[in-house]
Amino acid sequence: MGFLKILGDHWPLAKQIAERDVTGLGSLSWSERSVGLRPRIDGAEVHQSVCPYCAVGCGQKVYVKDGKILDIEGDEDSPISRGRLCPKGSATFQLVTGTHRVRNVLYRKPYGTAWEKIPLEQAMEMVAARVKKTRDETWDAKDEKGHDVQRTLGIAHLGGATLDNEENYLLKKLYTSLGIVQVENQARI
Amino acid sequence: MAECHPVGFQWVMEAKARGATIIHVDPRFTRTSAMADIHAPIRAGSDIVFLGGIVRYILENDKAFKEYIIPYTNAANIINKEFKDTEELAGFFSGWDPVKGEYDGASWGYEGVEETIPAGGHQEAVPGGSTPHVPGKAVTSARRDETLQHPRCVYQIMRRHFARYTPAMVADVCGVPEELFLRIAEALCKNSGRDRTGAFCYAVGWTHHTVAVQYIRTAAIIQLLLGNMGRPGGGIMALRGHASIQGSTDIPTLFNLLPGYIPMRHPKYNGVDDYLKSNTASAGIWSAFPAYFISLMKAWFGDAATKENGWRFNWLPAITGDHSHMATVADMVDGKVKGYLVMGENPVVGSMNGTLQRKGMAKLDWMVVRDFALTETADFWRTAPEVVSGEVPSGQIGTEVFFFPAAAHTEKEGTFTNTQRLLQWHHKAVEPPGAARSELEFTWKLGKRLKALYAASRDSKDDALRALTWEYPESSPGEPDAAAVLREINGQGLLDGRYINAYTELKDDGTTACGCWIYAGCTAGGVNQTARRKPAREQSYVAPEWGWAWPNNRRMLYNRASADPAGNPWSERKRYVWWDAALGKWTGVDVPDFIADRAPTYRPVPGATGLDAISGTDPFIMQTDGKGWLFAPSGIVDGPLPAHYEPQESVVENALYPQQCNPMRMEWHRRDNPYHLAYRDPRYPFLITTYRLTEHHTAGGMSRWLSWLGELMPEMFCEISPELAAERGLEHTGWATVSTARGEVQCRVVVTQRMRPLRIRGKMVHQIGMPYHWSWIGRVRGDAANDLIGFVADPNVHIQESKVLTGNIVPGRRATARRATLGGSPGNAIELPEPGPLRNLPGMVPFKRQPLQNDPEKE
Amino acid sequence: MPQGFFTDTTLCIGCKACEVACKQWNQLPDDGFDFTGFSYDNTAQLGASTWRHVAFVERPVPLGGTQLGNFSWLMMSDVCKHCARAGCLEACPTGAIVRTEFGTVYIQPEICNGCGYCISACPFGVVDRREDDGRAWKCTLCYDRLKADMTPACAKACPTASIQYGDLVQLRVKAKERVVELQSRGLAEAYLYGVDAENQPGTGGLNAFFLLVDKPEAYNLPPDPVVPTKLMKRSWLTMAGAALGLGVLAVSAVVAP
Repeated sequence: MGFLKILGDHWPLAKQIAERDVTGLGSLSWSERSVGLRPRIDGAEVHQSVCPYCAVGCGQKVYVKDGKILDIEGDEDSPISRGRLCPKGSATFQLVTGTHRVRNVLYRKPYGTAWEKIPLEQAMEMVAARVKKTRDETWDAKDEKGHDVQRTLGIAHLGGATLDNEENYLLKKLYTSLGIVQVENQARI
Repeated sequence: MAECHPVGFQWVMEAKARGATIIHVDPRFTRTSAMADIHAPIRAGSDIVFLGGIVRYILENDKAFKEYIIPYTNAANIINKEFKDTEELAGFFSGWDPVKGEYDGASWGYEGVEETIPAGGHQEAVPGGSTPHVPGKAVTSARRDETLQHPRCVYQIMRRHFARYTPAMVADVCGVPEELFLRIAEALCKNSGRDRTGAFCYAVGWTHHTVAVQYIRTAAIIQLLLGNMGRPGGGIMALRGHASIQGSTDIPTLFNLLPGYIPMRHPKYNGVDDYLKSNTASAGIWSAFPAYFISLMKAWFGDAATKENGWRFNWLPAITGDHSHMATVADMVDGKVKGYLVMGENPVVGSMNGTLQRKGMAKLDWMVVRDFALTETADFWRTAPEVVSGEVPSGQIGTEVFFFPAAAHTEKEGTFTNTQRLLQWHHKAVEPPGAARSELEFTWKLGKRLKALYAASRDSKDDALRALTWEYPESSPGEPDAAAVLREINGQGLLDGRYINAYTELKDDGTTACGCWIYAGCTAGGVNQTARRKPAREQSYVAPEWGWAWPNNRRMLYNRASADPAGNPWSERKRYVWWDAALGKWTGVDVPDFIADRAPTYRPVPGATGLDAISGTDPFIMQTDGKGWLFAPSGIVDGPLPAHYEPQESVVENALYPQQCNPMRMEWHRRDNPYHLAYRDPRYPFLITTYRLTEHHTAGGMSRWLSWLGELMPEMFCEISPELAAERGLEHTGWATVSTARGEVQCRVVVTQRMRPLRIRGKMVHQIGMPYHWSWIGRVRGDAANDLIGFVADPNVHIQESKVLTGNIVPGRRATARRATLGGSPGNAIELPEPGPLRNLPGMVPFKRQPLQNDPEKE
Repeated sequence: MPQGFFTDTTLCIGCKACEVACKQWNQLPDDGFDFTGFSYDNTAQLGASTWRHVAFVERPVPLGGTQLGNFSWLMMSDVCKHCARAGCLEACPTGAIVRTEFGTVYIQPEICNGCGYCISACPFGVVDRREDDGRAWKCTLCYDRLKADMTPACAKACPTASIQYGDLVQLRVKAKERVVELQSRGLAEAYLYGVDAENQPGTGGLNAFFLLVDKPEAYNLPPDPVVPTKLMKRSWLTMAGAALGLGVLAVSAVVAP
């Protein structure tokens, strides 16, 4: 047998005979990787989340290792979804990790023909200045009928249905204090 | 529902497995139809006739659940003598002002109650304008006839009103054969009563109409008549399309509301006292309105809001009319709007008349777009079709554009409110990439910068901003703590610092602060209730310890109706909430949506107000009278009962009334928003309906960029019947151009038996189905269906009519995109009949009509 | 203990969650962006990068037990059948294809040399070679997940439990009961495809079997699949006979004159 074993290291048929796996369809075929195979999320942190697409509110589990998302799948604990996800929910991994996501603030000058990258802080400063300037220039203490209105119709907002409640709350709170009334979202679209 | 909410649809499949009959009413045979027992192909835009036919069937065959409707609804209420129905006024209700183009609903009230009875919720819809009134005072003196025989009782008015909605009429107007219609009506009635319930599910196929709210109203009438509200397995389920679209109306980024459906300031209110008085119902939950409003002002302005200064009511900006999305876009085109912030939306694709949206954006001084990728909205100035074609060169667009990459839900924490009013906290898993940030951080920092810029100002216009409470702890460097924001939304006692546990704890004396009264209790006891994740298998099927539902963690609204008037379950099978006489309180598997210790036998004394006016058999406690409203004495601007009007653009004239369209629809008569003839427009002989597919998400911002979804539905297409294909020479998988007066789009053709021509008023009517997910950027691209659709809206909620319009289809690709917005010809060379058919009776003007010389409609 | 899939097509809503959940878990690339016109199916077939595929069948015939009239729309999520006698496994010369402890058929990518014998050996056309790396790929029945006692990605995601994963013996019982139930509800056409060796001798039964309501061909499945290697014994015998005959012929040719 010793001879067969040595031979088997070089000649599969000898090994098959030695290991009593003549057809070669049994244990001999197993690679080390196959034997030790584990799901990639073994040992990952799990964060409970909610699907960001429609309003059914399916539970999601987000698996993270070393600050990177490895997998997003349904949360079996959820009484709403019982671990299931539709194709969009199942594609959430690609939504949040995909190469389509822009990583820089982009700026287009008036009449410009291209985007340029600008630092976040600079962009924030510019937007705040634009809001102030437009607000001051378009402020209506009274409307054309003389009603006390305390507002600006020079600035408008659209969005919110994909945002968190906390975000919408701060938006509405800030806009109202600024006198911005043209605040709308997908709920009316 | 299987198409757009597949995971929610698992519960329909569960019901089906238990023997429920699944009925699907839709112009197309969809993936939902494939799973249904019955599918009724219907002409888009005719649902009020179909649903009204069911109402008539219930009334004429005496199928209403009498033990339910007599105590729980206003079926027995007697309506004012002055009220006149559409039967008497040729399609109008009493109170129509043909010059103003709107209704005065004064005659729609209850006999015995002088003031308007306010509707729960959307308080700003209370008609009556500027005169101070105490809504619904003496609601207890409303006259009722519980035999339902009085000719002016709601039940009898409804019988007369719906008499026209016969099965023959349904067949003629909707295209649903009588036999099929009757099978559906019978199935609904058979599955209602003490031991059985039926549910309605709908989505924007019902809401995107000029009569949208009345569609839902008709369904509500059916569900009330059959006793299906507030009961397990019953109800009307709005299947909403975005993760927190419910949340964004509860805590609104909407022009007319403050958090918790509190109306914005309006000049019609003569100061804070009038505002409070006008919005405080005499009874029901809205009777505590001042506590909700004052607590909001305390949350926003802190010590700066006092009783003496009117809680700083005057710091709120006032609305004076319609500032909704389409009105704003029209103003943008007219140069009135200078700055625009767009967050997580892609209106160029998702809203109507995309070119008009772009035309407006090109007139702005500046625009901010926050999203994951450069959407068509962000990139309009560079790659829009009219820019690429040279019609509107980039160099002529002066808009300064800022694109901020947004953090994903996995990169921030916070709550979504799902379609069942359930708040669910999502945890942060990773840091956002690069310069991507949450809207929370963006908004907070923008606010901080603006506060700094205005810090030295002594201008009174800046007082509100300077006093705004804006201090939040940081959860990570630079990121405000969303949990702290949620706690502010929940509210706190200002004397003891305790977190509010329920909205009933809110005070009107300035000693409580609460950012959104309906959400009070979401952090009860200082614990984030929305983050609760007790596994479903470890709790009852109601799962009260998973997340948190408003109000007060109630999973089903109006659930007192799940018990009979005496407080006992209607049947063992349908047990949900009931009166425990021994304990003297309501109990059950859910939090009772009722006054906890109000005995079923309680009756208010005449003149009672507040919650004292709610009898032990009044389950609908958000309404002033505690009744389910079959007849809506207020709250709806276009009539107390649903009436069928044809869509703005139809293929037939209205068979029900001489008035063709909803007389109160909102129109934008502009050259860049032309309409077709009211019906039988020879240029546009077919009906178009738009919709979503399982594989994509609305305007595509979250799906078209993903290869896994893109490959499943890679191209824009239209769906047509073999009959229409033969008539127009269209080939399966070939190209077609679909056109309207607004523009034209090209798409691949899918010829399928899932689309069927319908016989409507003796004429074959073809419908063209068009999904609207695509546009010119993204992994998969195509023309945007919404470019075909004009601005026209429902008067109650200002929502557009995109689910039905007329159009034309021809084989082949378009040569160039012809767009009315850019001065493109609105149609082919067919000569129009002179004069075209009318939308309104002579002498009428529609609500909110912007006049234009050379009115293309020739009315 | 053998595990497998029972795909009940009467519960399939054609949402394609299985396709995407599979791609997500196995990190598979797209298969091209082609509009096919085959109803709502743009994936067209199983392949190296598509291990679940939903077929759509529009038929001008009624579906028993419903009142949908003369039309029905069938959907079926197709997958590797993990045959009890797997042609691919038997044809693989490198030992890359193995039968796992769960009774499933698994291609070990680090062993596969891309010879392609398995591709022609599969009677269902499931196995496919990827253009870029040349190796053969197909559904692993989430072998990595099974090892950690997790449900396969497609079965877990399936919103309506059309794809059910579990112990094969129990799945067969459940499936047979389901057929009886559907037939009693008026869906006389319901039957099982490949539920066991008796049902499908050519494959020895499928570890991923189906409940169908139309002919297999309607779903693009072979009506009577036979694993080619099943015929091997016969071909060897025939060959041996032929060789023998040739030998006899040769000998007699020499001896006869």
